[in-house]
Amino acid sequence: MGDENVIVVRDLTKKFGSFTAVDKVSFEVKKGEIFGFLGANGAGKTTTMRILTGLLHSTSGYAEVAGIDVNRNPEKVKRRIGYMSQRFSLYEDLTIRENITFYGGVYGLPRSVIRNKSDELIAKLGLEEKATSLIKSLPLGWKQKLAFSVAILHDPGIVFLDEPTSGVDPITRRQFWNMIYEAASNGVTVFITTHYLDEAEYCDRVSIMVAGRIGALNTPSGLKKEFHADSINDVFLKLARPDNI
Amino acid sequence: MMGGVKAEGLSKSYGTTMALKNATFDIPEGELFGFIGPDGAGKTTLFRILTTLILPDTGDATVAGYPIKEYREIRKIVGYMPGRFSLYSDLSVVENLTFFATIYGTTIEEQYDLIKDIYRQLEPFKKRRASALSGGMKQKLALCCALVHDPEVLVLDEPTTGVDPVSRKEFWDILYKLRERGMTIIVSTPYMDEANRCDRIALMQDGILFTIDTPEAIAERFDRELLAVYGDRLYDMLNAIREYPYTNSIYTFGDCLHFTDKRGSVHMKELQQYLHSKGFKDASLIIIKPAIEDTFMSLIENKD
Repeated sequence: MGDENVIVVRDLTKKFGSFTAVDKVSFEVKKGEIFGFLGANGAGKTTTMRILTGLLHSTSGYAEVAGIDVNRNPEKVKRRIGYMSQRFSLYEDLTIRENITFYGGVYGLPRSVIRNKSDELIAKLGLEEKATSLIKSLPLGWKQKLAFSVAILHDPGIVFLDEPTSGVDPITRRQFWNMIYEAASNGVTVFITTHYLDEAEYCDRVSIMVAGRIGALNTPSGLKKEFHADSINDVFLKLARPDNI
Repeated sequence: MMGGVKAEGLSKSYGTTMALKNATFDIPEGELFGFIGPDGAGKTTLFRILTTLILPDTGDATVAGYPIKEYREIRKIVGYMPGRFSLYSDLSVVENLTFFATIYGTTIEEQYDLIKDIYRQLEPFKKRRASALSGGMKQKLALCCALVHDPEVLVLDEPTTGVDPVSRKEFWDILYKLRERGMTIIVSTPYMDEANRCDRIALMQDGILFTIDTPEAIAERFDRELLAVYGDRLYDMLNAIREYPYTNSIYTFGDCLHFTDKRGSVHMKELQQYLHSKGFKDASLIIIKPAIEDTFMSLIENKD
């Protein structure tokens, strides 16, 4: 992990009508950091993530991703990041190889590079025999591992992962985290949301959003100390109000 | 008449995929029974058979005493909450609930006592469209709709998937209250920690029910000593322990690693020395009791 900040957020605010979904949020994420972005349903996680990935304009405040002002240059941001959305991220009716080729094309990679990267990726995931099968025939755990690999195909500096392990079996969930560690050790910054609080422990730092604000931000052990809690689960329960909407 | 749920040899294939293989179980009346397994384990297929939405290829089942071919009877006494969002997103909270009450020939007022604990949490937003509710609130409304005709058997397919930990806890508190009324509750979940909240559970993977018992009894089946390893640089330590010649399994588990030894029992001093030689001087080791997740992973591994 370096000292360079690759995400800088200052007083970021998003209102939908009279409802303030994100309320003057500020934080930074360092290069190569695994940053856990937690919170109750409706606390503003997805909205914040959509702003940072250039999919949504903020109402006020400033956000910079990979050195780019996201409000001014959302399209430029999209080229510099990888994004794996909650459910949909691969085309079910395309084969594994076709999906990789498609995403490589979207990110403007030359054909020869796509071919090499496809072979490399398929071999690494042990999917040689499945390369021409449709995505819909794969178990969820495999889909998610492939979706992550595709999200970093164009070597982005930052990857955003929105609940990538929901519903995945416990062994595959851990294999997925091995891939995250490997990417982070290669300098990729990982911004991840999850409802599995054991996974919060695998992050370098964790922020917990409560009703549009950052309720806490620290290392996992720092959070437990701060809240006199035995686990991140306890920290979460202490922070998140039960009347979450 | 209240009743439980029984299944004998239920199987279902889609094309060449066996979604459910020879499922047999007996859930007595009033039990809170959990089907635990990842996406694709066959939980939804099983629940669709029990709620008479699809027919099994082979095998039979009874729900509250009715064989599944008597679907008209079963549909009156089963409350079903499907895994995917089951509400009308353009209708408000109260409109959704009124709709479900009406098809079952009842009213919100008539069933108020049954649903009031959940409904009170929803009431402040009763005019809000279902699509504008948060994940936790949607699930509570869906449960309310599945409950509104006072069913004998409640079938809940992954009601807490994608729901935050606080809302999940609240949801389970509601289920405990329903169990007190004597309702038979069948629930599926991919969250291993929720297994402990059930009276009995079935572990599922690839269409097979491979264990049925109480959560405590299943955890006791773990046949090796289990060691938790704490220390800094957990991921590096994980990779170092993978190279240790006696490693049977090593997994990350929140803030520590869980280790089992090929020899069955753990040689603590030896492992400590090994870690020391690899530069992990602060590692602390402690024997712990296995949880459902440990058991589940060891069962999947041994199966392969």
